[in-house]
Amino acid sequence: MTRTRTSAGDLSFRIGTGAFALFIIALVAAIGVVLWMQSRPSLDAFGLQFWRTEIWDPVAGNFGALPFIWGTLYSSLLALLIATPVSIGIAVFISHTCRPNWRPPLVFLTELLAAIPSIVYGLWGFLVLVPALRQLQLALPDVVRALPLFSGPPVGVSLLAAAVILAIMIVPFTSSIAREVLEAVPPAQREASFALGATSWEATKVALHYARTGIVGAVMLGFGRALGETMAVTMVIGNTPKAAASIFAPQYTMAAVIANEFTEAGDALHLGALVEIGLVLFIITLIVNVASRLLLWTMTRQRRPSKAAVSTPAQEAAA
Amino acid sequence: MTRRDRRRRIQSTIMTGLSAGTVLLALVPLALIFFFVFSQGLRSLDFDFFTQIPKPVGETGGGMANAIVGSLLLCGLGALFAVPIGVASGIYISEYGDSWLSSASRFAADTLNGVPSIVIGVVVYATVVLPMGHFSGLAGGIALGIMMIPLIARTTEELLRLVPATLREGALALGATRSRAVLTVVVPAALPGIITGVLLALARIAGETAPLLFTAFNNAFWSEKLTQPVASLTVQVYTYAKSPYEDWHRQAWAGSLVLVLLVMICSIVARLATRRLQRMHGR
Repeated sequence: MTRTRTSAGDLSFRIGTGAFALFIIALVAAIGVVLWMQSRPSLDAFGLQFWRTEIWDPVAGNFGALPFIWGTLYSSLLALLIATPVSIGIAVFISHTCRPNWRPPLVFLTELLAAIPSIVYGLWGFLVLVPALRQLQLALPDVVRALPLFSGPPVGVSLLAAAVILAIMIVPFTSSIAREVLEAVPPAQREASFALGATSWEATKVALHYARTGIVGAVMLGFGRALGETMAVTMVIGNTPKAAASIFAPQYTMAAVIANEFTEAGDALHLGALVEIGLVLFIITLIVNVASRLLLWTMTRQRRPSKAAVSTPAQEAAA
Repeated sequence: MTRRDRRRRIQSTIMTGLSAGTVLLALVPLALIFFFVFSQGLRSLDFDFFTQIPKPVGETGGGMANAIVGSLLLCGLGALFAVPIGVASGIYISEYGDSWLSSASRFAADTLNGVPSIVIGVVVYATVVLPMGHFSGLAGGIALGIMMIPLIARTTEELLRLVPATLREGALALGATRSRAVLTVVVPAALPGIITGVLLALARIAGETAPLLFTAFNNAFWSEKLTQPVASLTVQVYTYAKSPYEDWHRQAWAGSLVLVLLVMICSIVARLATRRLQRMHGR
């Protein structure tokens, strides 16, 4: 940084705004601490057993969170499986394939998907998608329905409904970050491929390879979103605390059980169990988010206009 | 052309077609959702919806007037908490970008942005609702505010970076101290952008339900005080959607339509303004 005139005013300005910057860090830490403290009754009562048992019986005061963690991971991974190819396809199309003047409207349309509130996705999923998926399940041949993956009575509300809704919700999110990553690929990469006689797809492959870390980051960020999504999932997954292999079985997620039972939790143990689920959800999303940010950061680090270049003529001269 | 070349060309065409196909695939749910929200919503939307409060179970009619006001109230309250914190920390992050606190704070903001909204609801419940002893609009506003902080901090930071360095250098050359240059030159130049950033953040939290479920809770009547439970459009839509009544489903669609319009108008205005601002600064 260049030496500018410093004064007492400058120092208090720095301290004043810095206090707010510090506040954000404190806020994240406080969330973790509060969750940990509030889940003490459950942590003390069940310990690690909490994550290995499948019993969820508020009346008897017996809690195990296995079905929720299973449902959360299963639905999010399935959503990721659907959303990832679509997101990357969109990112490639918008950043490389389509005409430049198509870009803004397409970006706008995908961003419109991101702007729809989760409760609206939930309402649509519950009243439109769920009946449609039920029809789909009924239309499947008996041979297929005998498979464990597709078995179960056709109730409509199911893990699949949750995964489809989640996929629709994370596509705009993942694709817009993947697009930014692809746009950050130096044009020379593609131009060099073209110069060597590559087809458009081969050049895109080179760009995708170059951007792979960032794209993995974008996908993981979408995963983090899916893990924590509450309302839309609550409305379509069926809220049944039973881990099942079938995608047509009604299941439950961590966020959904908190949303459904939190206000009804009568005793400290039930409340503690729900908060503990929240604590683990917080930790999982934290890990996923931090990992994806780090991946994205390694990707965009080179591109960011370095802060030094903005205000240090000395460094510029040296360079 | 050799056969291999032809194969490569065909492959390229197919892959290009597939990537265009994914765009269409993503637009299908968008079109479907809009179709249902508009067709069902418009059919159910009437004057009563904006002027009446919910009717008791069994009676048809009624509206969501209290929930609309409640949503605006909660969002306003959230903004009241989040704007000072978000803008001030955004200024620090962009202004002292080379300090560890700046990087850590930016990282914390990104992390906070990724925290599931339901978790924020749980935390606010434990820290505000439990000590107060009851659900309140205040708690709902705080929950929404926490969600807004990272959004505002990051847009403020990014927009301050967009301000041409020459402006700041000009102020410094005229002998202004750093704080003076920031407060009287850099921030005002970015102000329209910061305001749109706040609008964008509002659009995002206006659609939030999960953090309100056990903070602001719900209220079938007009709320008179912020220490009482406050109704919101989103929670009201959720309550109605879960119910077995046809008339309530109808109202849930109407509520969804209002929500979608509200959120869309906010984000369209904000985006148009951002584009304009970016053009203004030659980006």
